[in-house]
Amino acid sequence: MKDMTTSGPMIEFRKDLFADERDDNLNEIGKPTRRQDILGHVTGRSPFFDDHLFDGLLHLRCTRSPHHHARIRRIDTSAADRMPGVVRVLTGKDVPTNLNTLLSLLDFGLDDEPILTDTKVAYMGEPVAAVIAETEAQARAAAAAVVVEWDVLPHVLDVEEAIKPGAPAVLDIYPNNLFVYHGKYDHQKLRFGDADRALAEADHIVEGRYQMSPIEQAPIETCGAIAAPEQNDRFVCYTSTQALFFSLGTAAKVLNIPSSRLHFIGGTVGGGFGGKVDSIHEPLAILGAMLTGRPVKYAWDRAEEMQVGAPRGAERWYVTDGVMNDGRIVARKFTGYFDAGAYTRLSSYAIIKGVGHLPGPYTIPNVSANVYCVYTNRTPATAMRGFGITGVDFAIEAHMDKVAETVGMNPIELRILNAYRDGDMKAHRREAKNCALIECAQVVAEKAGVTLSPELKAATSVTGGGGARGALPAHTATDEDGQVEGFQATSYANTSGASSAPQPSPTTSAPAPQPITSAPAPRPATPPAPPTSTPTPSPTPPAAADKKPARSGAMRFSSLSGFRRR
Amino acid sequence: MVKKPVNLTLNDSPRAAFADPGQNLLDFLRREIGDLSPKFGCGQGTCGACTVTIDGQTQLSCLVLAETVDGKEVRTASGLANGATLDPLQDAFMDHFAAQCGYCTPGMLVSARTLLDRNPRPTRDEVIEAISGNLCRCTGYEPIITAILSVAEGRARA
Repeated sequence: MKDMTTSGPMIEFRKDLFADERDDNLNEIGKPTRRQDILGHVTGRSPFFDDHLFDGLLHLRCTRSPHHHARIRRIDTSAADRMPGVVRVLTGKDVPTNLNTLLSLLDFGLDDEPILTDTKVAYMGEPVAAVIAETEAQARAAAAAVVVEWDVLPHVLDVEEAIKPGAPAVLDIYPNNLFVYHGKYDHQKLRFGDADRALAEADHIVEGRYQMSPIEQAPIETCGAIAAPEQNDRFVCYTSTQALFFSLGTAAKVLNIPSSRLHFIGGTVGGGFGGKVDSIHEPLAILGAMLTGRPVKYAWDRAEEMQVGAPRGAERWYVTDGVMNDGRIVARKFTGYFDAGAYTRLSSYAIIKGVGHLPGPYTIPNVSANVYCVYTNRTPATAMRGFGITGVDFAIEAHMDKVAETVGMNPIELRILNAYRDGDMKAHRREAKNCALIECAQVVAEKAGVTLSPELKAATSVTGGGGARGALPAHTATDEDGQVEGFQATSYANTSGASSAPQPSPTTSAPAPQPITSAPAPRPATPPAPPTSTPTPSPTPPAAADKKPARSGAMRFSSLSGFRRR
Repeated sequence: MVKKPVNLTLNDSPRAAFADPGQNLLDFLRREIGDLSPKFGCGQGTCGACTVTIDGQTQLSCLVLAETVDGKEVRTASGLANGATLDPLQDAFMDHFAAQCGYCTPGMLVSARTLLDRNPRPTRDEVIEAISGNLCRCTGYEPIITAILSVAEGRARA
């Protein structure tokens, strides 16, 4: 047990646990390893995006909405145009494809977000014009001189207020302020067993409400990009992006030019934590370089980074558990509200990921979840370190403590009793493997001086799982609640065509939409069958029959979310 | 706008350039002189990424007017190495994984070097205080403190 630091925390390895599963003896853990890029870091020579000097560099800054929600009656840039040092003022009409959604390259979600909006703002700080000037100070002054006439609209800042009838519609294409999943539901569903029936039979019902605020990634380097014309009809773009080819594809789509004309250079990121995937800066910097013929830098200052930089989205969770007197959790229901803010960005996907994680690392035979991606007039949310998981994990683990209190058990014992064991069936219909929660909990108990019962002290993740615990539920209660009309199940293109953007340009590498092979025609006009006798489950050979309808949606995200069989 | 000539000694070299009125030292060093090691993090004296020394005192270059360093001695992280020979602090940062994204590192190193020049054998608390104006968002504070202390102890043995 080697101490990593002279005075830091002691790291202790328990190589006895799962010794048969590892042959590397954990050689790398706990030892500082020399990073290949660290010489540049300690000499101050690592080339961050802003560490490239260009003669004649122009500076781009945006005019931003002072309102949470407002229609734009008129944008008058004439005063800004006449300001000292101003080279060009851009508005929405200058952007070739002025509507995008971040995951459109993966055919997920409708284009919903203008690059520079000219009709309506949906959050405070949304950009409505971009000023390009000789100096940053001149750009700042001219951005303040852009005159916008607003019709201020009522706004909504709370997820549950936003889905009430009569709430202000944040986006025209999602009038109920809810993302549409798989072309047909206003929420992402998880159904495993019959949670309602199990709740009715449980000894205790434990309810909880949990909430997590938005969290700003706050990298020390603010987000930005510098673009410049090259000599070969291409544009070079130095960027702080965390997702270079994602930003490349997004820029090609927004600018409607082949990606082969874009030369992206990145990889040196001054802290990202998820906040540098949104590809906000590259398209405008390149557009500026195209229209002025000069190098253009577009970077947020610290205030912008904190205000309009997309955070980890707020989440609100309602959890209801059915618990027996002996501590077994027999049912768990979730209702989740994920605050996407004003535009989709990555929130819809965060929910797909989060629902695959439910009900946490516990074998619960009846699980049900309705999780809503809700639009509000707050700053759009995006990726941040385990987004989609961390918020609900907080809810789950806080709830576990509440359950333990209800049945009078030690919370560590409750966790061991209910933990996944190898061979158990998870609620998203994958077998649990390489489980370790029991062993972790036992070590925690030892460190905390908690005496476990002999049975729980003897419990292991490799024994006691599988069998009945590994079987799919004999019956899964399904429903058609939350159906939405007017969207295709096989593609996220809006069938009505109304307010939908052009399809991704041929230069982007969007995969062909996968047709749903066996599902019946989507969007039945009336609910097809009473919810009590849905045709889905056939208990005997559960694997194939139960999976098909769920799979056609879930498979699409398998590579995106990193889910794979272990 | 009348630019002002600024003569300074940067990392032992005489340097001169013209500063715009109101231009801060961070921007001046990066754009006019070409020393890119001080970084912009906040522009409001909060994060410490732009830390330099002026006549031996640590300063936040984003809050210093460029024209005020005329005739003064400025040091930055790019002056720590002597040719190919690194400062022991730089070696220690590499050995102890004291940099992740690397953006706070130049400012952190300047603060650490200033501390050790003044106090070659600081306590852990003195190290923490010396870098308390330098934010690290990858939260590598422990390895950074360890790296700085390792140099302090190495000197004590030498």
